[in-house]
Amino acid sequence: MNAIGAILGDFLATLGRATLFLLQLLLAVPRALLRPRLLLRQIYMVGQLSLIIIVISGAFIGMVLALEGYRTLSNFGATSSLGILVALSVIRELGPVVTALLFAGRAGSALAAEIGLMRATDQLSGMEMMAVDPLAYVAAPRFLAGFIAMPLLASIFSVMAIGAAGGYFVGVIWLGVDPGAYWSQIHQGVEVLDIRQSLIKSLVFGATVSWIAVFQGYHSAPTSEGVSRATTSTVVMSSLAILALDFVLTAFMFSQ
Amino acid sequence: MNPVVTAMPNDQPGPALVQVRGLRFGYGRKLIFDGVDMDFARGRITAIMGPSGTGKTTLLRLIGGQWRPQAGGITFDGVDIHRQNRAGLYRLRKRMGMLFQNGALLTDLSVFENVAFPLREHTQLPESMIRDLVLLKLQAVGLRGARDLFPEELSGGMARRVALARAMALEPELVMYDEPFTGQDPISMGVLMRLVRTVNDALGLTSIVVSHDVVEVMSISDYVYVISGGKVIAQGEPDQVRQTSSERARQFLDGRPDGPVAFHYPAQSLAEDLGLEAA
Repeated sequence: MNAIGAILGDFLATLGRATLFLLQLLLAVPRALLRPRLLLRQIYMVGQLSLIIIVISGAFIGMVLALEGYRTLSNFGATSSLGILVALSVIRELGPVVTALLFAGRAGSALAAEIGLMRATDQLSGMEMMAVDPLAYVAAPRFLAGFIAMPLLASIFSVMAIGAAGGYFVGVIWLGVDPGAYWSQIHQGVEVLDIRQSLIKSLVFGATVSWIAVFQGYHSAPTSEGVSRATTSTVVMSSLAILALDFVLTAFMFSQ
Repeated sequence: MNPVVTAMPNDQPGPALVQVRGLRFGYGRKLIFDGVDMDFARGRITAIMGPSGTGKTTLLRLIGGQWRPQAGGITFDGVDIHRQNRAGLYRLRKRMGMLFQNGALLTDLSVFENVAFPLREHTQLPESMIRDLVLLKLQAVGLRGARDLFPEELSGGMARRVALARAMALEPELVMYDEPFTGQDPISMGVLMRLVRTVNDALGLTSIVVSHDVVEVMSISDYVYVISGGKVIAQGEPDQVRQTSSERARQFLDGRPDGPVAFHYPAQSLAEDLGLEAA
């Protein structure tokens, strides 16, 4: 009982510190926006880091969805609905969630490690001593970059999963679903609302992952063990946060 | 009158640039400083020496305003460092340069960009002037030819010299060196020692050198503090400190393995530990 209390206390203390850190981060955002080149560079870094894994995973998930969907739909003679099945699953759910999980593993861990190493090698203290706020120079641009890159990556993921390399390839080219039916079903079935909700999810996930990654890196112990702990906790905490938030967001959106 | 002040050489103008008064600081329950008074006179190189773990680096971080003391205060040019808001603190920091032990260069920027970094952040100078200034600073530390290298391509001594060029970029009044000579080969040690002295004298700076390299630091500094156990245990000009009668200071300066700082970590007696004494 005491142990649970201690864990809960620890968790709440960390959450409190992380929330304070988020406020400082948000206050530093305007100063980070004054350095657009730094921000663009970070968007390029986190985006490009994750691009290949997102593209390949998107294609494979689309293919698997099409295979499984085709088998089930063919029981009802409804294989012409394959397009909408793949599209809605991807846009509403798998796109944002899987992209965010991969993003946490690839870009989130790299962000935490990079900032943690900057802490360990005194680069952050060095900046402070040069009267440059590392929150504005290091943390905020990386946080913003994750926030901006996530929806872009999730969109790429969805396009890959639905399109010619994923669902379309398996459904139409391999299994022989009519291409006209595949696209027209998507065209009729996917609403602007679906896309908007998908974007909201990926924005929230992007902000969450980058927040956790930057916080973990910034507050890591300045040792090799500290940096490794920061990367691991970034991936674990981000993944849990993504899945929990996905449930909460879906529940809210469902009620709309 | 404060004995610290009377012990200072009396030929510098005005009060000390940095004054430490009644400083108390600790982590958790471990007290690092317990009522320390120090003066860092203008235009002088003052050394802070002491065994590892006595808080020498901590003192620099306190002077830089990165950490707060639990009691006492530190003033820079008469301004209390720890009573500033962030803007005030940053204004003070622009007048200080700090050299971290490993240089703390930004690893994603070249040597040139590292030295240009404070200029770009804090001035509106045109690019051509920044270039000239950076090259002059690099010339002073002998690394103008290394301007396009990246930090990972530099030796430890070169990284520290680049960091010195960067620390001088904004023409500070105070430069703090954290263990500048540790782990250097004799040549780069000699280079760094000469640089600390010439930079101080040529630019009219005030320097604080934290180190445990006794011989080297004594040879270049004007005034020395030896700290141990949270207190100043010896101070004065290098020759005075060499004559100190403090046992603790003597052990440190002469490098004796046993003395007030015991060779053995506190433990029960060996006989007891080996079970040789009847209970």
